Amino acid sequence: MKKQTTYSQGHVEFLKNVRRKKIIIWTARLGLLAVIIGAWELCAQFELIDPFVTSSPSRVVATIGELYATGNLFYHIGITLMETITGFFAAVITGYGVAVLLWMSDGARRVFEPYIVVLNALPKIALGPLIIIWMGTGYTAIIFMTVIVAIIVCIMNTLTGFLQVDGTMLMLMRALGANKRQTLCKLVIPSSLPQLMNTLKVAVGLAWIGSIMGEYIVSRAGLGYLIVYGGQVFRLDLVMTATIILCALAGAMYAAVALLEKLVTK
Amino acid sequence: MILKFTDVDYTYHTLAGETEALKGLNFDILRGQFVSVIGPSGCGKTTILSLAAGILQPTGGEITRGGGDCGYMLQRDALFPWRTVEENIFLPLEIRGTKNAAEKSRALALAEKYGLKDFLKKRPGELSGGMRQRVALIRTLAAGAELLLLDEPFSALDYQTRLEVCDDVQAIIKNEKKTALLVTHDISEAIALSDKVIVLSARPARVVAEHDITFGDGTPKSRRNSGRFAAMFEKLRDELGI
Repeated sequence: MKKQTTYSQGHVEFLKNVRRKKIIIWTARLGLLAVIIGAWELCAQFELIDPFVTSSPSRVVATIGELYATGNLFYHIGITLMETITGFFAAVITGYGVAVLLWMSDGARRVFEPYIVVLNALPKIALGPLIIIWMGTGYTAIIFMTVIVAIIVCIMNTLTGFLQVDGTMLMLMRALGANKRQTLCKLVIPSSLPQLMNTLKVAVGLAWIGSIMGEYIVSRAGLGYLIVYGGQVFRLDLVMTATIILCALAGAMYAAVALLEKLVTK
Repeated sequence: MILKFTDVDYTYHTLAGETEALKGLNFDILRGQFVSVIGPSGCGKTTILSLAAGILQPTGGEITRGGGDCGYMLQRDALFPWRTVEENIFLPLEIRGTKNAAEKSRALALAEKYGLKDFLKKRPGELSGGMRQRVALIRTLAAGAELLLLDEPFSALDYQTRLEVCDDVQAIIKNEKKTALLVTHDISEAIALSDKVIVLSARPARVVAEHDITFGDGTPKSRRNSGRFAAMFEKLRDELGI
């Protein structure tokens, strides 16, 4: 369709309204954030709440400055990011591969199904001690934790997407004499692309759970480490700072996936 | 002769038991003929197409093919929404590994001949239902199919589009001198389109009657407008036991 360039008065009004609504929503979003931060700061300043326990925005900013000055800020962020992103990609790629294999073989799918269901239901943190003993106390253990937290859902979601392919289209491929590999490459993978994007979004959240959980169990650096350490020595400023940085990073990673989705499903 | 069913049986096996879909089915189709199969719903019409295409093997009897590939046209067009019209038409070539310049230009020539030239770079989502079925037909023809197996290809369309697409598809198939086997539950569609109508019984299906349809000038419109249309309709209706 060609893009229209001249509009009627009514349409101009309509566009104006849509724009106005968008501005209002964004003002409200940012306003809410400002109110929360403002109220938090004021309550702490006037000691309505105890800033030693709740910290305050100004203390968080000071803590960030302090971490930056000692060169620790990007060190901890870097470590956690590396663990999360490595774990995320490992889980998504391996999960996709396993889903492809399970799709290829009906028999394998039925054999492995109960195992996948049990592994999905298992709280992965229960494996913590085993992972430390097997993998040591470095980031390998944390990345492994991230992978096992995210991978089962990646496999299950991807496979569901594969199995939801339109029956008529599958019939067409069969009638054309397509083999399994052709059906996979030309039909199943492209048609399950939206499902893959959903899987990525879910995997972002799970990867963060995995890496932070891993750092809780065993770590000497990273944002999860800062949170645990801050809790142990009662430096709630440190806990709050690390949590807020986590929020920002998780949000940014989600936004990156959402952007990717926009690009590929255009 | 392009297809012959001799005493064909087909039985489905499920955990709930076995179902005889076809029992002692006999019919044949000559090259260039347009043949319709009508029958009560669930009588195994689609099974006949799967057998003709070789997707299923008969449990008894024999199916003889007179050479040439089969092409399927289904109830829904099954165009891939992520591919352009052109890429959809090339799909069969890709699967056969014959996507070379000669085959591509043959497919494109076919598309242009039947008015798809301006739509080649569009996605199926931008096309009307009738246009989509035309693309599906061209995709089938581009594969080089001689025998077209049509599984109620018009039933998902609204009535007006349906009349239009019916005429369209029949004209293209006749023009390209292809053979067609259509299964449908629509008696008037069968009369309007076919050279021969085969009436099936309820399950297990066997042939109740065969009729050569000769009136009109061969176009669906002339058939529907003919005075003999109503009589034929009544006759088929009686044979179906409705």
